[in-house]
Amino acid sequence: MGSISLEHVKKSFGEVQIIPDITLDIKDGEFVVFVGPSGCGKSTLLRLIAGLEDTSGGTILLDGEDMTKAPPARRGLAMVFQSYALYPHMSVRDNIAFPLKMAKAPKEVIDQKVEYAARTLNLGSYLDRRPRALSGGQRQRVAIGRAIVREPKAFLFDEPLSNLDAALRVNMRLEITELHQQLKTTMIYVTHDQVEAMTMADRIVVLNAGNVEQFGSPLELYKKPANRFVAGFIGSPKMNFVDGQEAAKHNAHSIGVRPEHFALNRTATPGVWKGKVTVAELLGSDTFLHVQVEGLGLMTIRADGDETYTHGDDVYLTPDATRIYRFDAAGKAI
Amino acid sequence: MARNVSTPTKVGFTIAAWAVALLLFAPILWTLLTAFKTESEAIASSPTFLPQNFTLENFAAVQERSDYFKHAFNSIVVSVGSTLLGLIIGVPAAWAMAFAPTKRTKDILMWMLSTKMMPAVGVLIPIYLIFRDLRLLDTVHGLTIIMTLINLPIIIWMLYTYFKEIPVDILEAARMDGAELWNEIVHVLVPMAVPGIASTLLLNVILAWNEAFWTITLTSGRAGTLTAFISSFSSPQGLFLAKLSAASLLAIAPILLLGWFSQKQLVRGLTFGAVK
Amino acid sequence: MATAQTRTLARTMMAPAVIVLLLWMAVPLAMTIWFSFQNYSLINPLMTGFAGWANYEYVIGDPSFTQSLINTLILVGGVLLITVIGGIFLALLLDQPLWGQGLLRIVVISPFFVMPPVAALIWKNGFMHPGYGMLGHLWKFFGLQPVDWFNQYPLFSVVVIVAWQWLPFATLIFLTALQSLSEEQREAAEMDGANAINRFWYIIMPHMARSVTIVILIQTIFLLGIFAEIRVTTGGGPGYASTNIAFLVFRTGILSNDIGAGSAGGVVAVIIANIVAIFLMRAVGKNLDA
Repeated sequence: MGSISLEHVKKSFGEVQIIPDITLDIKDGEFVVFVGPSGCGKSTLLRLIAGLEDTSGGTILLDGEDMTKAPPARRGLAMVFQSYALYPHMSVRDNIAFPLKMAKAPKEVIDQKVEYAARTLNLGSYLDRRPRALSGGQRQRVAIGRAIVREPKAFLFDEPLSNLDAALRVNMRLEITELHQQLKTTMIYVTHDQVEAMTMADRIVVLNAGNVEQFGSPLELYKKPANRFVAGFIGSPKMNFVDGQEAAKHNAHSIGVRPEHFALNRTATPGVWKGKVTVAELLGSDTFLHVQVEGLGLMTIRADGDETYTHGDDVYLTPDATRIYRFDAAGKAI
Repeated sequence: MARNVSTPTKVGFTIAAWAVALLLFAPILWTLLTAFKTESEAIASSPTFLPQNFTLENFAAVQERSDYFKHAFNSIVVSVGSTLLGLIIGVPAAWAMAFAPTKRTKDILMWMLSTKMMPAVGVLIPIYLIFRDLRLLDTVHGLTIIMTLINLPIIIWMLYTYFKEIPVDILEAARMDGAELWNEIVHVLVPMAVPGIASTLLLNVILAWNEAFWTITLTSGRAGTLTAFISSFSSPQGLFLAKLSAASLLAIAPILLLGWFSQKQLVRGLTFGAVK
Repeated sequence: MATAQTRTLARTMMAPAVIVLLLWMAVPLAMTIWFSFQNYSLINPLMTGFAGWANYEYVIGDPSFTQSLINTLILVGGVLLITVIGGIFLALLLDQPLWGQGLLRIVVISPFFVMPPVAALIWKNGFMHPGYGMLGHLWKFFGLQPVDWFNQYPLFSVVVIVAWQWLPFATLIFLTALQSLSEEQREAAEMDGANAINRFWYIIMPHMARSVTIVILIQTIFLLGIFAEIRVTTGGGPGYASTNIAFLVFRTGILSNDIGAGSAGGVVAVIIANIVAIFLMRAVGKNLDA
């Protein structure tokens, strides 16, 4: 079991308020991603759950039990750190066995569980190496192995992939998702990368300045962003925003159109936005056009990979009327 | 990348550097050579470089006169004992400062270092009187306590700078893995800080070995260390340059050898980690 | 940042160190201050009672005090000057490409491992003795009259001995700093057209500033308390020519058994050290991100 509830959790460091007031319910077995720009408080929130920091107010319940004041060791959670935080003076085997040794597990049990973790994570042939003799991906797996053997109520991941190169990141992303499907244990995963959030999560918590902007499934966030911040944060490339007169036509303070929701035309069409291509990024599958739109500023358009616009080309843009997002003066979705 | 220079330049630099180095080393070298000369050769008006009549009689005479081995034993007990005691007090304190710093941590560190700045003479008289009343004068354990106290700030400061380099993540990982503080320090922190602790230990053994204020003022016969031993040679008695050299050599040889072997670790320790 | 629990634990772990150091500072210092206002002589037990400022007037009023104070400053300043400048040049030399660098380091650092009384005795007898010291032989070789160093230039001789002990320390610290200067930075400066002298002033010296501060800080701590070198060479003489504050207190308190006056001297020594300390901590506190 591993349900996690935060009730009016607050955190400030001296004068600085990091988390004003957060209430969240994470169900048992869920994969929840905390995502947000750097400094939004997502790592702090994770550390509060882990017990590595004190809350300044509110309650943290694990499986309904109040753990607000419990030390990390007693909470029965496991954490995977950004830096992996492997013990450099121990072999891989001893690293994985460490939590069990601390729990004074009998030797046979330790051996058996280490064996199991090593098999699950493909670490069998590295068990007697030191962490420094491993590659980044292997280190990451050892860190996960160390977390698995505790059979925790929940796994906490603090930006675990940000030290890996791009290709490896995609691999590890899949491995962690698979692991979740296999173990069915609650996982909380912190990242600043919205792609990771979208691909891995059952539900995503979007954080900004210590506040929950929205909590929902990836598609919910994509299709029905609660506000302008979420709309801009989820989706790549970013949503294009337009204020002023053009927005007023739609009875909104501002409107947003995703790069993939435009129709393109080379010939003048009345009533649509006219612009000039400044840069065309050819990815093969897609082409991203950066277009200077007259009176509206720079916009990013996702076009088909076969489109052959180049710098200086005139282009006419028609936003998909059914997919225009409208926001009020406070940025809330209408 | 090594800089490329022509061979003549390199020869020039090598000669210059060795000339300066040997000049600095000359007093030690001269002592080494003199220790094996006879007294009359040592003070001959036309000096010899290498001993003409190689002799070990000076060493025998020194042991006879001042019991080198007893003093050396005291030196070892005091320097090693005070360093170990300092580490036992210092490791927990440095852990606290490095991993649970508060706004005042820096001030406390500075204050600790400032106790080193207090001139020993400022407290010599009370310490002398306290020691007299507690019958600690001229005892090895009394001296060990003083040596621990005067070197404790350096021990803590050095450990602190080494501990600071250990990522706090790893200690937090240990905490998440269910390690209590004791296990966190014994199984994770100390093994990771072994190089730092070793150089702290070495430097403090050397500092304590060479300390020459308290060892001279608080001891006389029984608990005298090598600094007290050598000071007893300060007033000449008859022919004595060769014997003095032998005594000097005996007093510095152990720590000189230790220092040579651990030179690399020491230099880093000496800077309190402030020069990388 | 950490949890309240960790912080409580941290305070407990720090307590032993803080308490012993506090006791070590406070108790003897309070006693020194107490004694400094008492008539207290081990020779004359009848002289007792409150002395007021008499001990201070006696110590500070004595010409030997002024001389000791000046001697202390000359000693600290002189040694710092020699070791910092000499150390930088020596470090620059050792940083050049040359053969036997490892062995050179060992040879150069050796004097640092020599205990002060040995250093003093080696210099006094093996080198500076007018009759059979090496320098005496050297002077005679050039047809000069050998110098009786400790009688003619007592303070200078002590400075030389102490500087000899500390030059290796300064050199090695500077060398470590120099070697941490990235080769790319030097090469960039060379590409920018800086010659050797410009590189020294604009690249190397700023990089060394931090290590110079450290050398000054650490050495000052030790140099203020120079004792053994004076004790075994000149005994503070002739007269008070080579007596520093530390040795003056020892002379008054222990050798003359005047606890009151010795303590007053001790208090003054602490005050002087504190003035220097505050000055240094200001300078270094900024440079050391503790």
